[in-house]
Amino acid sequence: MATRLPSRVVRDAADPVTSPSAHVPGEDARTPITRAWRLASDLTLIEPVVETIVALCVSAGFPARHCHLNVPVAITEALANAMLRGNGGDPSRSVQVSMELDLQSLRVEVTDEGAGFDLVALQQSPDEADWFEREDGRGVFLMRTLMDRVESAGPDAESGHCLRLILHRAS
Amino acid sequence: MSFILDRNDDVLLVDVEGQLVVTNRQEFKQAVLDAVEQGVRTVVVDFTRSEYIDSSGLGALVSLSKRVRDAGGDLRLAGLNDDLRTLFELTRLDQLFPLYATRADALAAR
Repeated sequence: MATRLPSRVVRDAADPVTSPSAHVPGEDARTPITRAWRLASDLTLIEPVVETIVALCVSAGFPARHCHLNVPVAITEALANAMLRGNGGDPSRSVQVSMELDLQSLRVEVTDEGAGFDLVALQQSPDEADWFEREDGRGVFLMRTLMDRVESAGPDAESGHCLRLILHRAS
Repeated sequence: MSFILDRNDDVLLVDVEGQLVVTNRQEFKQAVLDAVEQGVRTVVVDFTRSEYIDSSGLGALVSLSKRVRDAGGDLRLAGLNDDLRTLFELTRLDQLFPLYATRADALAAR
């Protein structure tokens, strides 16, 4: 007998941009599209932001694989990492997301209130002995594999810790 | 995002709708673990209606695979589109899971 588990309710992400597919057509294609969000550390707020960024990439003509795989997975990783590791899951701590998209590339910056981390030290690999056993520890690998560049900056007292992800359309 | 569970004796079919990501991995894991606790030995996860999986979703599958194997069964994946298949290849997790084109293929492999 089939049993449907209840869908999770996705709360409003307090996203000033509420209609992802409606942004691009009226905009000058030569002008970079920018969006910004400030989110509480609540995992349910990730999906609306990811969906908006993906929709903008679709509208900008990014390849299907970028829109279906690279962008949603890498951005989900970055936001979850910021909320869970950077902010320690503390809902009172916020995550700032800024996006810039043009016909050549997507740039996303995710800033949390944490102490940051060493990207190199967290560069896991499928060659590691426990890769096929452990549950966690593939997020940074996925971000670096699916994006052209992943950079870490900070932390500093004013701007926090920032992770910058860049994907070139032609890659 | 939701899951549809369909159990028939010791076989559990899990239909994943939408994403398998950090927000629902625990719910997914617990549903499968409960079924294994109740005697399920073959778990087929069908991704035909799925969009994407993040590292948390992959981790849940890795963890469940071990738990099901420890119970004497196996966990099989079906219906992966090209993008999802690429994700498993990039992470080399295609070496861990039997991948089948359809749920029927996965069930027939018993």
